[in-house]
Amino acid sequence: MIPARFDYHRPDSVAAAVGLLQQHGDEARVVAGGHSLIPMMKLRMAAPAHLVDLQGIAALRGIEAGDRIRIGAMVTQSEMLAHAGLAEAAPILAEAARQIADPQVRNLGTVGGNVANGDPGNDLPALMLCLDATFTLEGPEGVREVAARGFYEAPYVTAREEEEILTAVGFDRPARGFAYEKQKRKIGDYATAAAAVLIGAEGGRVVSASVAMTNLADVPVFSAAAGEVLLGSDCGEDAVAAAVDAMQGDIDPVEDNRGPVEFKRHVAGVILARAIARAWSRV
Amino acid sequence: MKDLPDSEERRANLKGLGCARKRVEDARFTQGKGNYVDDIKLPGMLFGDFVRSPYAHARVKSINAEAALALPGVIAVLTAKDLEPLGLHWMPTLAGDKQMVLADGKVLFQGQEVAFVVATDRYIAADAVELVEVDYEDLPVVVDPFKAQAPDAPVLREDLEGVTEGAHGPRRHHNHIFTWEQGDAAGANAAIDGSEVIAEETIYYHRTHPCPLETCGCVASMDKINGKLTLWGTFQAPHVVRTVASLLSGIDEHNIRVVSPDIGGGFGNKVGVYPGYVCSIVATIVTGKPVKWVEDRMENLMATAFARDYWMKGRIGATKDGRITGLHAHVTADHGAFDACADPTKFPAGFFHICTGSYDIPVAYCAVDGVYTNKAPGGVAYRCSFRVTEAAYFIERMIEILAIKLGMDAAELRRINFIRADQFPYTSALGWEYDSGDYHTAWDKALKAVDYEGLRREQAERVEAFRRGETRKLLGIGLTHFTEIVGAGPVKNCDILGMGMFDSCEIRIHPTGSAIARLGTISQGQGHATTFAQILASETGIPADKITIEEGDTDTAPYGLGTYGSRSTPVAGAATAMAGRKIRAKAQMIAAYLLEVHDDDLEWDVDRFAVKGAPERFKTMAEIAYAAYNQAIPGVEPGLEAVSYYDPPNMTYPFGAYICVMEIDVDTGEHEIRQFYALDDCGTRINPMIIEGQVHGGLTEALAIAMGQEIAYDDMGNVRTGTLMDFFLPTAWETPNYQTDWTETPSPHHPIGAKGVGESPNVGGVPAFSNAVHDAFRAFGLTQTHMPHDHWRIWRTARDLGLHG
Repeated sequence: MIPARFDYHRPDSVAAAVGLLQQHGDEARVVAGGHSLIPMMKLRMAAPAHLVDLQGIAALRGIEAGDRIRIGAMVTQSEMLAHAGLAEAAPILAEAARQIADPQVRNLGTVGGNVANGDPGNDLPALMLCLDATFTLEGPEGVREVAARGFYEAPYVTAREEEEILTAVGFDRPARGFAYEKQKRKIGDYATAAAAVLIGAEGGRVVSASVAMTNLADVPVFSAAAGEVLLGSDCGEDAVAAAVDAMQGDIDPVEDNRGPVEFKRHVAGVILARAIARAWSRV
Repeated sequence: MKDLPDSEERRANLKGLGCARKRVEDARFTQGKGNYVDDIKLPGMLFGDFVRSPYAHARVKSINAEAALALPGVIAVLTAKDLEPLGLHWMPTLAGDKQMVLADGKVLFQGQEVAFVVATDRYIAADAVELVEVDYEDLPVVVDPFKAQAPDAPVLREDLEGVTEGAHGPRRHHNHIFTWEQGDAAGANAAIDGSEVIAEETIYYHRTHPCPLETCGCVASMDKINGKLTLWGTFQAPHVVRTVASLLSGIDEHNIRVVSPDIGGGFGNKVGVYPGYVCSIVATIVTGKPVKWVEDRMENLMATAFARDYWMKGRIGATKDGRITGLHAHVTADHGAFDACADPTKFPAGFFHICTGSYDIPVAYCAVDGVYTNKAPGGVAYRCSFRVTEAAYFIERMIEILAIKLGMDAAELRRINFIRADQFPYTSALGWEYDSGDYHTAWDKALKAVDYEGLRREQAERVEAFRRGETRKLLGIGLTHFTEIVGAGPVKNCDILGMGMFDSCEIRIHPTGSAIARLGTISQGQGHATTFAQILASETGIPADKITIEEGDTDTAPYGLGTYGSRSTPVAGAATAMAGRKIRAKAQMIAAYLLEVHDDDLEWDVDRFAVKGAPERFKTMAEIAYAAYNQAIPGVEPGLEAVSYYDPPNMTYPFGAYICVMEIDVDTGEHEIRQFYALDDCGTRINPMIIEGQVHGGLTEALAIAMGQEIAYDDMGNVRTGTLMDFFLPTAWETPNYQTDWTETPSPHHPIGAKGVGESPNVGGVPAFSNAVHDAFRAFGLTQTHMPHDHWRIWRTARDLGLHG
């Protein structure tokens, strides 16, 4: 539980951080809240010679909650939970954040770290897929925007280049019907299955629907098919069953200590049905 | 006279027996001012760290430490070859086996200690561990205790090849350790075979781990000038550790000082002697510098003593109206690579033969076969007396299964078979003499408290609603009536490495009427400094707030066998009371002299001796103490001290009635505990608040074990649950509200009637939680499913019963 030797850097600007990444190449790793990287280093599964801490960069903080919502990468999950404007504009964030571990973890865990690490167990990536968020990346070539739905390629492999830093996430104010439903074994555990659902409705019918799933494949899963089958429906029993079926085609869970594949698929279905029902109750 | 506080007021001021006195330890613990092993920092201290085996079974072909030794700051890398000339590459276990200190030619479990790196700081030590090159050749792995006994199973313990006689009798297979039996096999079989109803089932109590918040560790410091070795460590039995250290190292026992500082939980994990202690001692002797070794969480879970892992095959017979006729149990006990159980020497399966539980069973038999596998050694009593949780789980499951067979209510079946209050002292079919109990009273109180009849009605309605498709949740009512056996124990049949399991207390009353008492036990969170002072307060009339309790330093404390198996109150608590009585006897002589009366003319009144019939003539204990130091009293030595070594005449038998009401979601396998009622009878209650705290803590560990906590291995012998992500340690979020209650049936043989309570909630809690899960599915045909009842296993039960439609 003792990491290998490393040098610690605490730059005060994104440019300086990018400079450090350029200077040290693949020997450097960026650390935000540290909840994923530090344990990996303690287990010596990761041994970066240079650790670039983003805590000192003021530009990575701050939340804007207008029609377009923008959250700085170093905003903690606790800050996200406490933000009144965000609670009003996109309450699904608080509902999800509240289900991430415990207050001590949320006090350090950041939005950027959670979405950028590419860990399929993290909760916020699926949420970002559901929200159709955009990630802002800043690197030696400048700033670019990448759609969350095109960001996750494989476990811990994302569209972020090695010398880029994820600086913010942004998305439009979401539909009114929302839910983040998660089953876990205990506090601090990754999801056995979790579902993010956003539903917009007019005249008792679904006009927009977005579904994403956590920890049910080696990347977070956006299930376009599940959302599509809900369109035009009243979220009745048949529509929900069809959405669950569609979702099953998009996930690919593996057996672990949480249980075998058959169990995870069953729970994923139950969780999604519950999430849709709750989202529908809020439209 | 009128100004004198009355005796009740004076009694209250003592904060003695029965007082919910606040824990005196908490002031330092809640402020982060505890002093644990890892807080000890000595000048020039070195750090040890282990190279551990990634394989569960492999030959060690070579160890190359060159690169590690080349790292600046690395002092030494010890291997079995270095320890062999000292005879320390193996060490005896508490169970009559021996165990490798460092891998001697092969490794037998994942995480086994292979080499010990000593460096100037723990960071360098950790870096050096990575640099030690070990060449392994893997061998076939056996993790299943039944497969381990196959004729062609690989030989795990090559050192025992051809050895047909073990520490506990004949070995019938190369991976077999012992067979241990109690009771009347032929009689039990005949009684069961002739019964109107027979229930038969295998009950598995899975492997788990005590997982104390503080892991194991030590600081060893050899003073080469005076030849004295000091060993600070996480020891539940410091005096035994000193004796073992002396026997192993050849250092005279008076030259070894063992100190247990504050201990962050033990739960049985800190009873045994681990390779880290031995290596640290060798390293300090070799280097002449203090050496610290503290394991990390993964090492603790992977390599230090596990608990349980008992496959218990049971047969129970009964008349058709529910009267139990006989019980037969056979256990296959998976001990891992070495038999390192921490049981009294003559009991290789601990007190498993308490498995007749709270019931008057006319004839019984039990046998236990110990088996080697490629898993970590251990088999400790995790918050229970030796193998008592296994026994309680076994009988409480068998009763439920018998109730199913009989088509009878399980509460009623228990009531029919309870040992009656008028049968105590009661000798069980397996030879124990239960000291006291009143099970029917406790049971009826418990059932009434939860409105048992009402719960059963609600459950029946729920089953109907479920069948109609109106709900996906089932209701389980988990019943348990357990009988513990604690307070090991009588020296005539209980010893550890030959040391009789007495315990001790030494008291000094200071001239101004305050006191210090030292005991042979050691608190790991039990609150000894609080409760033992209360016992003494009631015995000597000195307020508990004026009594210091000290434990854990072998240079100052009297010899004792330590704290585990709920033995502190039954044994050291008794020693404390007896020592207090010796103080009082001498105080009576002093008071008689001061009051110029005969000893027999005095009577004890809370905190003083008063002349019979003339209560205004008295001497308080404080006055007597002062006189003991400043007056020449004819025929009486100066001073006021006493020591007592207490050999208990019998064990104590706490009991309790627990009821768990649980909601189960058949689709997700999740559960919610709606109510948990725990009635404990621990005899005389010393501190109700500490009892309640003990019950809450023990129930939470029971919750963990029953509902998710396990040490699981894959077929290759890899530990699958080596971190707290996968090893379930409940937080406040997972922990339900507990409703505690009590009856009070004193032990007739204990000086103050106390029986001990710390472990009862684990013993009774596990079957209560597990029975609730089983009970929820009883209406749908479930007889037995194994713990832990985590989400997917409960889900699997529901699926197998066809409840997913």
